[in-house]
Amino acid sequence: MEKPMRKFSLIRTLREKPSAQGSFLMLPTNLYLLVFMILPLILVVVLSFLARGNYGNIVYKFNITNYTRLFDTLYLKILGYSLQVGLETTIISLLVGYPLAYYIARSPARQRSLLLFLILLPFWTNFIIRIYAWIMILRGEGFLNTFLQWLGVIQEPLNILYTPTAVLIGMVYEFLPFMVLPLYTSLEKIAQAQLEAAADLGAPPWKTFLRVTLPLSVPGMIAGTILVLIPAMGMFVVPDLMGGAKTMLIGNVVRNQFLTARDWPFGAAVSMVLMLLTMAFTLYYTRKAGFGEELLV
Amino acid sequence: MSEKKPALWLRIYSFLVYAYIYLPILILIIFSFNTQKLNIHWEGFTLAWYDKLFHDSQILLATRNTLIIALISTVVATIIGTMAALALQRYRFPGYAASETVLYIPVVIPEVVMGISLLAFFAMIKLTLGLVTITISHIAFCIPFVALVVRARLHGFDKSIEEASMDLGANELVTFWRVTLPTIMPGVLSGAMLALTLSLDDYVITYFTAGPGSTTLPLRIFSMVRFAVTPEVNALSAIWVLTVFILLFVATYAQRRRA
Repeated sequence: MEKPMRKFSLIRTLREKPSAQGSFLMLPTNLYLLVFMILPLILVVVLSFLARGNYGNIVYKFNITNYTRLFDTLYLKILGYSLQVGLETTIISLLVGYPLAYYIARSPARQRSLLLFLILLPFWTNFIIRIYAWIMILRGEGFLNTFLQWLGVIQEPLNILYTPTAVLIGMVYEFLPFMVLPLYTSLEKIAQAQLEAAADLGAPPWKTFLRVTLPLSVPGMIAGTILVLIPAMGMFVVPDLMGGAKTMLIGNVVRNQFLTARDWPFGAAVSMVLMLLTMAFTLYYTRKAGFGEELLV
Repeated sequence: MSEKKPALWLRIYSFLVYAYIYLPILILIIFSFNTQKLNIHWEGFTLAWYDKLFHDSQILLATRNTLIIALISTVVATIIGTMAALALQRYRFPGYAASETVLYIPVVIPEVVMGISLLAFFAMIKLTLGLVTITISHIAFCIPFVALVVRARLHGFDKSIEEASMDLGANELVTFWRVTLPTIMPGVLSGAMLALTLSLDDYVITYFTAGPGSTTLPLRIFSMVRFAVTPEVNALSAIWVLTVFILLFVATYAQRRRA
């Protein structure tokens, strides 16, 4: 043969060069995500600088009015409120989840995987179903009111469903495991020797906790915060089902602009703001903390 | 950490949190057997809602759609994602850092943004919304999670057993099939389980990429919940929850036995 066939030289390259093998294995993922994740996101960036036509169509004219419109008090309020709900959800999940993660990390090794499994189990079921369960509990004639009236604590049913409180209850229930898992990963890694050293040096348990355990679990707290805050900020399903007409989060605005108002360029600009917020937040904290394993639930 | 028993208050507290997690689901299941249509008080036991469910053509269609989408996306995402995990864990190649960063996109970008970006993208390339667009989207958000989970499980994989296999005369394909794959299988399975759950559970991205006739169960449940609280929704939820519980127990038990 005068020259080797291309096919064989490709196979030979794959056999002989490990870096070619790596690139080859990575290729499908890179191609797929380029087309169906990165390109769509770039499209949103472009879209946010275009304008809406009279019929909900897109006019290809560069402008930044979509962004200036965001400074309307209405949208600033929604943005502020979304941040507030996101932070409240995160803080409550952290406060509820920390002792639980601590408990699991302190349990005998044999029980730990079962306890973790029990935290995860309900969350492998559908999340609309979990919200529905809370609607049944919180509504006017629901179980909470029936129970409290039976106890005699209240005379009139409480109006919890379709209030911001209901949204918070739903969100915390939804995101709690995302907080517990990374916290557990952090807490479980703390060596017994470090705790014993603190005790040997005369530290009382509370001091050992404050000066050793708590600082060492910071990566877990940050990973948990990222995993809770980001989905909480973009959430629109819980406010839709549990919040009533008054609770509008930034996720609801994006949804409405795309599906009902049909102002895609403005919706794109709102998503850009949401995306930049979450990315800035993630970058800031990952740079500061330097962790990896905790983020991988 | 310590092998001592945790303090009493901590045990009571944790018990209460577990109750908080499980009570709503328990109530949900119990009230799927209620004869009262408004489902406010307990009236009597019936299986009528389950019967109704199995004759509801919309539910059956949604179930079929959900299963088709979940199975295809799980298989495709698991294969592609596992390849990426192997690449990242065992090789150094040009564009390594960029490839790795891209996998974190679905972790750091809210689902709603991914939903609208795919909707805009499909509109641009004029692909009609339906089962195809939903499946494409599910594969897209499953690949990174599979890759990250499988990769985490590949830590500590011993390359020398592969070298041993090659030294004993097996070629690359045989080595992969008989040595590498069986070793990484538990990781691959947990990646596949995660992809399956993510796909079955997804509401947000499906909502933006679904078209007429491609309703999935989460979409159907959402519109039922919005409309009214009836025992039929409870029955559907109960079946879902119990199926997932049983599947998970079987999967965990199988993995334990293997290990």
